[in-house]
Amino acid sequence: MSTIIELKNISAGYDNQTVLHHVNMSIKENEFIGVIGPNGGGKTTLLKVILGLLKPSSGEIIYPDSKQNLFGYLPQNNPFDRNFPISVTEVVLSGLMSSKGLYRSYTLSDRHKAWELLDKYGMGDYKKSSIGDLSGGQMQRVFLCRAIISSPRILILDEPTTYVDSNFEKELYNILQELNKTLSIVMVSHDLGSICSYVKTIACVNRELHYHHSNIITPEQLDDYHCPIELIAHGKISHRVLQNHPPRINEKP
Amino acid sequence: MLELLQYDFFQNALISTILIGISCGLVGTYIVAKRMVFISGGITHTSFGGLGLAYYLGFSPMLGAGIFSVLSALAILFLSDNKKLREDSLIGIFWSAGMAIGILFIYLTPGYVPNLMSYLFGNILTVTRSQIIISAFLCLFIIVFFLRFYRPLFYIAFDKAYSKTHQIPVNVIDIAITITIALCIVLCLKLAGIILVISYLTIPQAIAGLFYKNFSQQLIASTIISTIGSVSGLFFSALLNIPSGASIVICFILLFILCWLLKRLVRKN
Repeated sequence: MSTIIELKNISAGYDNQTVLHHVNMSIKENEFIGVIGPNGGGKTTLLKVILGLLKPSSGEIIYPDSKQNLFGYLPQNNPFDRNFPISVTEVVLSGLMSSKGLYRSYTLSDRHKAWELLDKYGMGDYKKSSIGDLSGGQMQRVFLCRAIISSPRILILDEPTTYVDSNFEKELYNILQELNKTLSIVMVSHDLGSICSYVKTIACVNRELHYHHSNIITPEQLDDYHCPIELIAHGKISHRVLQNHPPRINEKP
Repeated sequence: MLELLQYDFFQNALISTILIGISCGLVGTYIVAKRMVFISGGITHTSFGGLGLAYYLGFSPMLGAGIFSVLSALAILFLSDNKKLREDSLIGIFWSAGMAIGILFIYLTPGYVPNLMSYLFGNILTVTRSQIIISAFLCLFIIVFFLRFYRPLFYIAFDKAYSKTHQIPVNVIDIAITITIALCIVLCLKLAGIILVISYLTIPQAIAGLFYKNFSQQLIASTIISTIGSVSGLFFSALLNIPSGASIVICFILLFILCWLLKRLVRKN
């Protein structure tokens, strides 16, 4: 599996406050990484660094191939204006911004591609609707189409299931598994139960980053959350206890 | 009515009204879609400070207004972007400071005191040929800008945070449109007056919004409505000898009420 992006010894934060310390991470082809960790632990900061929205204070990011069409991004509850005069098709087309740049115009085949995706994800009847007329789950579908229309190599999702019903949640995970055959996925989630049944790798972010090349959650990982968590599931749950994280620097084991 | 067209002053006013109608139709649609109406009000009133200062120092009041307008627009953009200051408070500060500075300097200007009323409410008699040429250039620039950068403008206005993940110069576009808005506002000052500029940037768009839910349709509709409304307002102003700004706004509002009733009627049937 070839590496698409590699973070080397990255530290990053805001206003002289470092949130992420010495993070090493590589995203390879067809990977499905679930990012978990306590609030304020740096999950979103990590995504921002990967997306190039936040310049790390130290370390380097390596792109072995080209930087073109690298990311599709499904942000956490977009704070967009529901009355903004934009149609569903146009929202999906906005996913082509980086490949179009400032000057190239959008063609009919771009539109057809958008419509194909909307049809595929059950939004075919809403092509001309205003985005504000949709329900939460429908909007997430549209934003998912926007994220993948450029055929990115990595799909990045930030808490994609926060404001949607459980039906859509299940559907989304099925869609993601399907997509995972052709692209890599990095997903931040609070929803530990579902994250471990789908992802291949778990990354715990709590100021530092720990990798678990398995999709099983351990009591230690839950302890990292510092808040009560319930895992509820029907049927068999497989579980495996992973090794503890290595002790932090300057910390006695 | 047609003999009005023989007068130079009226020809000037008419051409400039059409240019402003087109410019404001386009820029105003962006302002309304992005909910920047209050910012635009702030920029308009701040420009009065530059106008007063220019009078006092003896250079072109429109140039003074232009400088204040652009600087205040950029200041509001940058200061509110880093979230340390609330945007609405900031606008309030600029708004009142601009007016205070303007009134102060006009008061301090010795000798000839310009007619304050004409700047506050607009006066068609004051439009000159050179202003028309400037207006024409700005109008052309706005049309080209919107045609050329329609998609990025539109997408950044809709979802700035997402656009930033797409390696397009979001900040450059933001600055460009902010300067364009500021210049467009100054362009309207003579005709509509400081207090009424905001109508140009909101009422035609509100009318367009009654019928169209799509940004590109709203752009075209607002441009047409804004041109029709302001040209008819200008004729009423000259015929009835009333201030152009007030006359244009009343025309816009009548048009709005008419369209609103029309829409209700159509819906009922």
